[in-house]
Amino acid sequence: MNIANWGKYPTIDARIRGFRTVGDLKDSFQDAATLIARGLGRCYGDSSLWSTIVSTLKFNRILAFDAEEGIMRCEAGTSLEEVLDVAVPCGWFLPVTPGTKHVTLGGAIASDVHGKNHHKEGAFSDHVLSMEVMLHDGEIIACSHRERQGLFTAVCGGMGLLGVILNATFRLKKIETAYIMQRTIRAADLDEVMDLFEQYADATYSVAWIDCIAKEKKRGRSVFMLGEHALRKDLEGSQFAERPLEISLRKRLNIPSQFPSFVLNRFSAKAFNFVYFQRAKTERSAVADFDTFFYPLDAIGHWNRIYGSKGFTQYQCVMPRDTSKQGLRSLLNIISWGGEVPFLAVLKLFGKGNGNLLSFPMEGYTLALDFPITPTLFSFLDSLDKIVLDYGGRLYLAKDARMSGEMFRRSYGNAARFIDLKHQLDGSDKFRSLQSERLEI
Amino acid sequence: MPYLLILGARSDIARAVSHRFARKGLNLCLAARRYEEADRDAKDLEIRYRIRVMTREFDALDFEGHESWYAGLPEKPLGVLCAVGFLGNQKKGETNLTEAKKIMETNYLGCVSILNVIANDFEERKAGFIIGISSVAGDRGRQSNYFYGSSKAAFTAYLSGLRNRLCRVNVRVITVKPGFVRTGMTEDLELPAMLTSSPEEVARDILSAFEKGKDVIYTKWYWKYIMAVIKIIPEKIFKKLNL
Ligand SMILES: Cc1cc2nc3c(=O)[nH]c(=O)nc-3n(C[C@H](O)[C@H](O)[C@H](O)COP(=O)(O)OP(=O)(O)OC[C@H]3O[C@@H](n4cnc5c(N)ncnc54)[C@H](O)[C@@H]3O)c2cc1C
Ligand SMILES: NC(=O)c1ccc[n+]([C@@H]2O[C@H](COP(=O)([O-])OP(=O)(O)OC[C@H]3O[C@@H](n4cnc5c(N)ncnc54)[C@H](OP(=O)(O)O)[C@@H]3O)[C@@H](O)[C@H]2O)c1
Repeated sequence: MNIANWGKYPTIDARIRGFRTVGDLKDSFQDAATLIARGLGRCYGDSSLWSTIVSTLKFNRILAFDAEEGIMRCEAGTSLEEVLDVAVPCGWFLPVTPGTKHVTLGGAIASDVHGKNHHKEGAFSDHVLSMEVMLHDGEIIACSHRERQGLFTAVCGGMGLLGVILNATFRLKKIETAYIMQRTIRAADLDEVMDLFEQYADATYSVAWIDCIAKEKKRGRSVFMLGEHALRKDLEGSQFAERPLEISLRKRLNIPSQFPSFVLNRFSAKAFNFVYFQRAKTERSAVADFDTFFYPLDAIGHWNRIYGSKGFTQYQCVMPRDTSKQGLRSLLNIISWGGEVPFLAVLKLFGKGNGNLLSFPMEGYTLALDFPITPTLFSFLDSLDKIVLDYGGRLYLAKDARMSGEMFRRSYGNAARFIDLKHQLDGSDKFRSLQSERLEI
Repeated sequence: MPYLLILGARSDIARAVSHRFARKGLNLCLAARRYEEADRDAKDLEIRYRIRVMTREFDALDFEGHESWYAGLPEKPLGVLCAVGFLGNQKKGETNLTEAKKIMETNYLGCVSILNVIANDFEERKAGFIIGISSVAGDRGRQSNYFYGSSKAAFTAYLSGLRNRLCRVNVRVITVKPGFVRTGMTEDLELPAMLTSSPEEVARDILSAFEKGKDVIYTKWYWKYIMAVIKIIPEKIFKKLNL
């Protein structure tokens, strides 16, 4: 069966096996010499692709929920959407959430995902109390920040390469309402938006959408977005006051699968960036339900089809705080003059990284750019790699489909330690993905 | 505690149906072989939908035990969904009667044996509903799975007769005929993506058939037309087809 992840690139003919019990999974381990776990396939590239895939989606039970303490335990295939469905009505929220709720708990841990609150609240795994992992020989091992810590810090961010995460216990965050007090501020250029990030370092959520096509003086022109969980008193007098923990369901707009890729030529990307930027003028402060604030793209269903059949990739890099400004300038410079047009560009200031071996975030700015795949794209991205490396940065594995093994080893300081540990724990090299082959992990 | 009884509760389709009905606030009894595994599902459903869920060990092939098994339930269910099924290996069954028997007994005799007991109770109480999952495979026998197909054909006919008998006492019987569904049963088969639905889609159709008072449904709906075409192909031609 042909299968690809969110970017629709690359594609592989794979055998997919589901499992409903731990016993089923053990059987799969016995049948297949090599395999990789896959959740909802929301990584952009090839992290969860291999000739044999074990899908965790049928292994999705919520095992325990303490609504007093806000602690939940779920099987790894449970999606963050399912977690929210149960937690929000009881006044709890995800401690950290990526920009889509259609990811699994296992995927969130394996990529050590971050959210708009990274500068204050860290990565998802920082809120994981414990988990169980099945190693290559079928043995199930529990680990946490305290117990088998070495395994824990390697599995969080470990891209499924050490074993299959079976379940995890994690802490939720208390909320009074399902709404967010949102503020948008326009920034005229890169300096201005970076100043805003510094100025609003105390805000719980912050992110900026950058117009990458704007040149010269306007380079880095952006819309800076802030958010705080709305308190009950914030909603007083509004239509949401009566049922503060409920939000009504919205209809999804689906993008037809045959969206031709020429629709996204330079002109239309420009139009999109322009429209987005203009709209921000009129929207300053607002109350938004959490779906609108955190998951604006989920409302459009399969928006990835917009790029057409050739697919796309997301280039997400992070550079240390002290070199970020220089680095971002160089990147935006090449991008605004280059022939490759990113459709979306997002900027965010991370807080300190955690000790997980392959975790992506480090203190500094992260820039994420979506590019439709063209024959010249990869050599263009290679030139961006050089800049990122020069400034001491790295790329996010969950978004990557093309970086070189060399780039990986030089940019991830703990790459060698991770590979050593993989030799120890997975001597037969059972867990493999197209990505791990490419990066020689 | 009024509840819906689910036989074969660990099947993918039954799990999806459980979620649908649970979301409506109905309590459940999950009956399955290896019911310790069903305990995880029970806990999950309780947390998600704040309903009550109990589990029972159930083997469709334990014909003699069915009467006392049903009598042992703490109270009688509002209705029952039967999702028990076994595709088996057609080729093996052609030379191995044990396999062929297992297919026929699971899909037909086992279901009939327990549903008889339940039907008698519902008839006496003049209340209840029965949802049986049969299959489009029962609409016409094909070389690739005719042990399965013929036992589903028999089950379809059984449900039709039962409906005829029980409609007098206001007990509803719904026959569900899924086409291709991506589940544990079909995991190793190459199914045509265009014609294959998810267990969740099947569950949605089942709930809507229940709410609309339908007797027989195909799911997805277009299977009604596909099967209509398959059924009118003259036998002279059909027998030569590679289906
Ligand atoms: C629209 C969109 C927005 C996004 N926004 C963000 C964001 O803001 N921040 C962020 O950090 N990420 C973001 N992502 C990326 C996404 O959060 C990650 O790629 C996440 O890992 C996807 O989870 P998944 O369940 O789809 O896993 P998959 O994509 O299927 O797999 C991802 C990796 O996890 C591994 N894996 C999955 N399940 C298990 C398991 N049970 N045990 C072991 N390994 C496992 C796989 O082997 C693979 O290496 C975004 C993605 C999209 C599509
Ligand atoms: N998938 C399809 O394409 C498709 C198409 C048409 C109809 N159907 C029908 O849909 C129903 C559900 O099937 P599914 O697709 O969800 O596949 P499934 O997961 O394989 O479900 C079959 C279920 O039947 C149970 N079962 C088998 N023998 C049993 C026995 N002796 N006693 C008790 N339970 C027994 C199995 O229990 P265990 O979990 O203990 O093994 C399993 O839960 C079946 O009736 C099937 O024939 C499926």
